[in-house]
Amino acid sequence: MLKTMMRRAGQCAVVAAACLMMSAQAAEPIKIGSFLSVTGPASFLGDPELKTLEMYVEKINEEGGVLGRQLELIHYDDVGNASSARNFASRLIRSDRVDIIVGGSTTGATMAAVPLIEQAQVPFISLAGAVVITTPVKKWVFKTPQSDRMAAERILADMKDRGITKIGLISGTGGFGSSGRTQTLEVAEQMGMDVVADVTYSGSDTDMTAQLTNIRNTKGVEAVLNFGFGQGPAIVTRNYVQLGMELPFYQSHGVASDSFLELAGSSAEGLRLPASPLLVPDSLPQEDPQKEVVQNYKAEYEARWDSKVSTFGAYAYDGLMLAVRAIEKAGSTDPEAVRGALENIQGYVGVTGEFNMSPDDHNGLDADSFRILEVQNGEWKLID
Amino acid sequence: MLNRFMQSRLRGLVILALILIILPAFLGNPFHYELVIQMAIIAATVVGLNLLVGFAGQISLGHAGFFGLGAYFTGIATGTYGWSSLPALVVGAVVVGTIAWLVGRPILRLKGHYLSMATLAVGFIIAIILNNERAITGGPDGMPVPALDLFGWELSTFGRYSLFGIEISGVQAWYILASVVLLAAVWFALNLIESPIGRALRSVHGSEVAASVVGVDTAKYKSLVFVISAIYASVMGGLYAHFQGFITPAVASFEFSILFITMVVLGGMGSTFGVILGAVVLKLLPQVLADFQELETVMFGLILMLTMIFMPKGLLPTLTAAVSKRMRKKAGGEA
Amino acid sequence: MLAEFLQYLFTGITIGATYALIALGFTLIYNASHVINFAQGEFLMIGGMATVSLTAMGVPMVIAVVLAVILAGVLGIALQRFAIAPAKQADVVTLIIITIGASIFIRGIAQVVWGKEYHVMQNFSTDQPIQVFGAVLNSQSLWVLGIGAVMVVALVLFFTKTLIGKAILATSMNKEAARLVGIRTQMVLMLAFMVSALLGSVAGIVVAPITFTSYDIGIILGLKGFVAAAIGGLGSGVGAVVGGLALGIVEAMAAGYISSDYKDAVAFSMILLVLFFMPRGLFGAKVVERV
Repeated sequence: MLKTMMRRAGQCAVVAAACLMMSAQAAEPIKIGSFLSVTGPASFLGDPELKTLEMYVEKINEEGGVLGRQLELIHYDDVGNASSARNFASRLIRSDRVDIIVGGSTTGATMAAVPLIEQAQVPFISLAGAVVITTPVKKWVFKTPQSDRMAAERILADMKDRGITKIGLISGTGGFGSSGRTQTLEVAEQMGMDVVADVTYSGSDTDMTAQLTNIRNTKGVEAVLNFGFGQGPAIVTRNYVQLGMELPFYQSHGVASDSFLELAGSSAEGLRLPASPLLVPDSLPQEDPQKEVVQNYKAEYEARWDSKVSTFGAYAYDGLMLAVRAIEKAGSTDPEAVRGALENIQGYVGVTGEFNMSPDDHNGLDADSFRILEVQNGEWKLID
Repeated sequence: MLNRFMQSRLRGLVILALILIILPAFLGNPFHYELVIQMAIIAATVVGLNLLVGFAGQISLGHAGFFGLGAYFTGIATGTYGWSSLPALVVGAVVVGTIAWLVGRPILRLKGHYLSMATLAVGFIIAIILNNERAITGGPDGMPVPALDLFGWELSTFGRYSLFGIEISGVQAWYILASVVLLAAVWFALNLIESPIGRALRSVHGSEVAASVVGVDTAKYKSLVFVISAIYASVMGGLYAHFQGFITPAVASFEFSILFITMVVLGGMGSTFGVILGAVVLKLLPQVLADFQELETVMFGLILMLTMIFMPKGLLPTLTAAVSKRMRKKAGGEA
Repeated sequence: MLAEFLQYLFTGITIGATYALIALGFTLIYNASHVINFAQGEFLMIGGMATVSLTAMGVPMVIAVVLAVILAGVLGIALQRFAIAPAKQADVVTLIIITIGASIFIRGIAQVVWGKEYHVMQNFSTDQPIQVFGAVLNSQSLWVLGIGAVMVVALVLFFTKTLIGKAILATSMNKEAARLVGIRTQMVLMLAFMVSALLGSVAGIVVAPITFTSYDIGIILGLKGFVAAAIGGLGSGVGAVVGGLALGIVEAMAAGYISSDYKDAVAFSMILLVLFFMPRGLFGAKVVERV
């Protein structure tokens, strides 16, 4: 039984490999591997990421590929499960023998694959947010989104500008919210601010009124920050308004997408969050170097997929473009050369921000790449 | 002939050993090895769970809790406190066994779905603790686990080792280890089933009232087998953590518990080799179905449903029954 | 102080009423077949998602609701007819795994058909919350409670006043005897699944404005419903309602007064405690085991 199954699996692989070989014309294609949370609870990350990768690999191939070779995208769906992510990373490295990996929608999925990738010595560009991914620096691991620490810094700085020093914090117990909570607590201490209320909700909760009531009854709270992603923050936002809370309200970059506005509706009015300029491409000043990149990505994505562009897809865009740039610069797909090239990329202007990589910084972004947006009349408005 | 061969337990073990010896010839690359290693570790876990479910008839919906506890105990002991793997696995097993004994006393008095409910609750509580105690467990983003080290000898999947003068790769070394562990797990389970304890357990499954009337201390045996299956889960969880190199609270999740029980039922409750087959099929399915992309979930659900509808006794018992039926027919025709 | 308490209570009762409706669905099917239907949460999802997608296509809300409920009912019948009935000789555990397979299958289809996004459903009436002694109550909560109460009354009448309801009860008590007096037990089982699906889909529709809805909303709500049914005592209608409300209130109180991190753990510990003292739940029937 097992034997026939393994053999059958082997046959499938052989057939698939044969097909691929036929489709590649001259040179062997450059293999770009990816494992993403295309379905499952983090699908709002993985879905636009995969769409972005597919469409730009196509586009690059039409334009002649990279180093005269076609790109081949091999991707798997980890359904948001860290151990599947690790297994698919292993499959990409050991079975598909990819040249570079661009993927890992969530921090959990990314970190589960990191030990393997470090040992296998394959360049890896993660699309997940937590600061632990690139701090401390890992030789083979890079990432495109700003870290949650930068988000916390940006939000708290904005609060401070408004004279707020006492914060009520509500966060999700999932990876994103939990890591965001830790960073917020640390940053608050450094900046001399007080987190006077600190409550959490789990990703599947359907009502956060109890937690918010707790914050409301805490003396001295001057503003509320919600760190989380998925539908949770939208429920928090609605409960916030239902409870009649009027303190300044902040969300994290985890909900920086138009679908959040749809879910939260009029309750979102007046809240602020840090986001990439992708949400407000037209309000960027003409001289902003990102303006053109952002506008193009938005137009191309929306034309191809007939759905709203999201910040998360942009992480994949930057990941792919960084990979292409590094391979071109290295002049080959030699892992060590590509890694070295990645590490020395300077001044790449992406959708998320301007990347300046270095041996000490495998993210390459600074907190200023976040813009502070506010919801006004149901739309994103650039504040800072 | 074949019938008797199939029924003999020791020969089952021999067949399994032969499969494990021949299998490497069909494993094309290190990734295939990795899959089989994981299958072996998970299979050994469900062999333990099967003692509880298949023989004592007690359904646990929280077994991943013990698996996760074992994984985290090993991860924390070796990673944070620098223990060597072997003591970590052993002490972990003792700790998890004790916890299972403590919670098992009250909950094993429950019957049927109430017992399932209680085990589900225990599993959930463990998963919640692992998720929330960020300082110790790394929280929902998980924690790295160092490579397995046995007596100062580190077993990494990327290492190169020499075995009796033959050079083997890290995954091959792990493959040998996982095979030995699986065979030992099966051997122990088979012996337990054949022992007086095993007979007492089966009488509990048949009818608990009848068993207690004839003087079987049902509470004691149920609690014993609960602890044994938890220890299985703990040790395998520890090995899994070492092999994966990284664990998240998902190893203790409800979904994982459901996966374990599904492996038992799909493969064939009460059949030690059946549940191994169940583990193999359910580990292999996501890899095989990966190409269906969007339709992967649909296919998985459909296959699970159809198999259980048409083979309610599980894969292996149904297959062996079909084979022996055909054999008998053939023998009858020739006579 | 009072306002705070009331606030937690309102939150708990609203979500508890949802759990209660789901638990009732479990109870119905359990009574008729002793199966724990792990696909119960998917009926909820079908109710909410079908309503949202139909209204998005321009179908008036009321008609969309009716169509969604009918769709769930048909699905309930199909589940019994094509998945449960063919596996006649199967163990109860096997049947449970079949329902797990069915729930994965249904969820997979829903994901392909309706996509993976969360969707909004408007409140049935005003968006303005209602103020009670300093606590606020979402108007939709009243809908959840009201419709929940109507469903419970309807179920009670169904079981005590109608022939079909009595037939289901009779089958649950003794299948063989029921068959002997001429009850078509397969038909009865099918009905039980259908009614249970109807209940689930209605619950899914009334809570959708509070919780949003998506293809995977059924997993956790279904599980909570099972927990509620077990606390109350499997097979007991009163138990399902009390168990649901108790679970909801404990969750909200724990989140408010103890620790939001551990509120689910508190709820699960409560289950263990209840089962420790009452091994058959709060209202579970004392059954003598037949030897």
